[in-house]
Amino acid sequence: MKSFWSITLATLTKDIRLEWRSKDALNAMLFFSLLVVVIFVFSFDPLAEESRHIVGGLVWVAFLFAAVVALNQTWARELRNQVLDAYRVSPASANALFLAKVLGNFIFVSLLEALMTPLFIIFYNLRALGPAWQLIPIGLLGTWALVVNGTFFAAMSLRTRSRELMLPLLLFPVSIPAVLGMVAGTTSILTGENPAHFWIVLLLTYDVVFTTACLGLFETVLQAE
Amino acid sequence: MKRAFPILAVLTALFLAYALYEALIVAPTDALQGDVYRIIYYHVPSAWTAFLLFFINFIASVQYLADAKPSTQRAAKWIVIAIGIVGAVAPFIPQVRQQLPAGLYPSSVATTVLAIPVFYLLIGKFFPGQNLDVLAVTTAEVGVVFCTIVLVTGPIWARPVWGIWWAPGDIRLTSTLVLWLIYVSYLVLRRFSDSAQTQKLAAVLAVFGALDVPLVYFSIWFFRTQHPQPVIGGGGSMDPRMLHVLLISWLAFLCFAFLVCWSRFRLEKLRREVEEAYALESLAGAEDGARQAGATSLPLNRSPR
Repeated sequence: MKSFWSITLATLTKDIRLEWRSKDALNAMLFFSLLVVVIFVFSFDPLAEESRHIVGGLVWVAFLFAAVVALNQTWARELRNQVLDAYRVSPASANALFLAKVLGNFIFVSLLEALMTPLFIIFYNLRALGPAWQLIPIGLLGTWALVVNGTFFAAMSLRTRSRELMLPLLLFPVSIPAVLGMVAGTTSILTGENPAHFWIVLLLTYDVVFTTACLGLFETVLQAE
Repeated sequence: MKRAFPILAVLTALFLAYALYEALIVAPTDALQGDVYRIIYYHVPSAWTAFLLFFINFIASVQYLADAKPSTQRAAKWIVIAIGIVGAVAPFIPQVRQQLPAGLYPSSVATTVLAIPVFYLLIGKFFPGQNLDVLAVTTAEVGVVFCTIVLVTGPIWARPVWGIWWAPGDIRLTSTLVLWLIYVSYLVLRRFSDSAQTQKLAAVLAVFGALDVPLVYFSIWFFRTQHPQPVIGGGGSMDPRMLHVLLISWLAFLCFAFLVCWSRFRLEKLRREVEEAYALESLAGAEDGARQAGATSLPLNRSPR
């Protein structure tokens, strides 16, 4: 029996290779969030000062919607050819699979954010008044918060009718504190009015609590059939 | 049991009428707000009832998950008892006592925490096996109804008193709204999921929701301290006559909630029994059909059309 991490690594490289060859999820996410950005630009035409107050919300809403596009594909891919059933009967740890999926989604969504952030900066003429380096921990922790719960709920919604519709309905209510943390943290850095430390701690707490909960309960969800 | 239902229904109706009389006629008029304030006799009892029902839902869901394996069942029981002991003792330790916010007594914190093991053990005793899940559905549905009453009566009161329908930064409003959203998504999941494992998935979602609420509470708490909003003061004292009416009102609402839960519980049990009977019947029919056709001996084979 292979060790936990080698299973994780194998699944992760398989997912990345699949994505590299097809580029389904990444292309869909990129184009989707580009559309969201363009629609936001048409809807709001703010001054530089105003945009600092609203862009935190816009950025994260765009990323949240785009992430759902990728998360929906995570498990659907495994349903073809009964890969998931094979995984279920294998002695491999369920959490190894879960962790691989989360890491894969984390890489995809981070890549999307890295590509889309410059667009937001250009369209909204942004310049942070606070310490800009703190945006990095907020981005990483916020993305992890979205992706860890999103992967979990995507596995849960596999068992439901109209699967793709179900994921946002489950994910968004539980994500509210994380989204609040990301938006408020980003806004406070951009405006430079308040320190963002509390929001980073909040996101960290959220990540620790929900990563633990996901790892503890994923086996139940995977075996539920 | 069945005969008790109509009697209890009549008693509850009378009790609710009495509570309404107390709230509209007997309770004194508020010096500042006038008669508008009387809506709290519906608003606050609904909120308490909804929170109680959600709490029961959470406990039942945890127990449903824990009961899947004997080892986790035992572990969960001891963990819950440990939480009860620590929670009952810790608030009285001087160092911890200083950490409590002003206006919160150690005894009230201890009683609240003690409710966790008490509810856990009682629910486990009276609702064994699948009944835990039936209880979870019932409390979630009835809880959402009461929570909706809270969210509707709140703005009706807030408009004349605060001058706004909704205070976005307020801690209680937002926490209640998020709680409502989580439980609506819980009901949607139950509705959309048709596999045999719906119960387990729903229980998992209830646990996630319960983990979420404290985080919402703390985030808004910080948010508000940064941006003051027009909200009601926390430390105001209440006229004892008003409190009296409020408690009567709450009792009446609890009776009403109990009644609704009871009938919903019975309905859900009956629905499952019917479903089970249908499944058994089709299974038996398939067996007969297979035997007649002399086909495979697999019991789950479809009967020939």
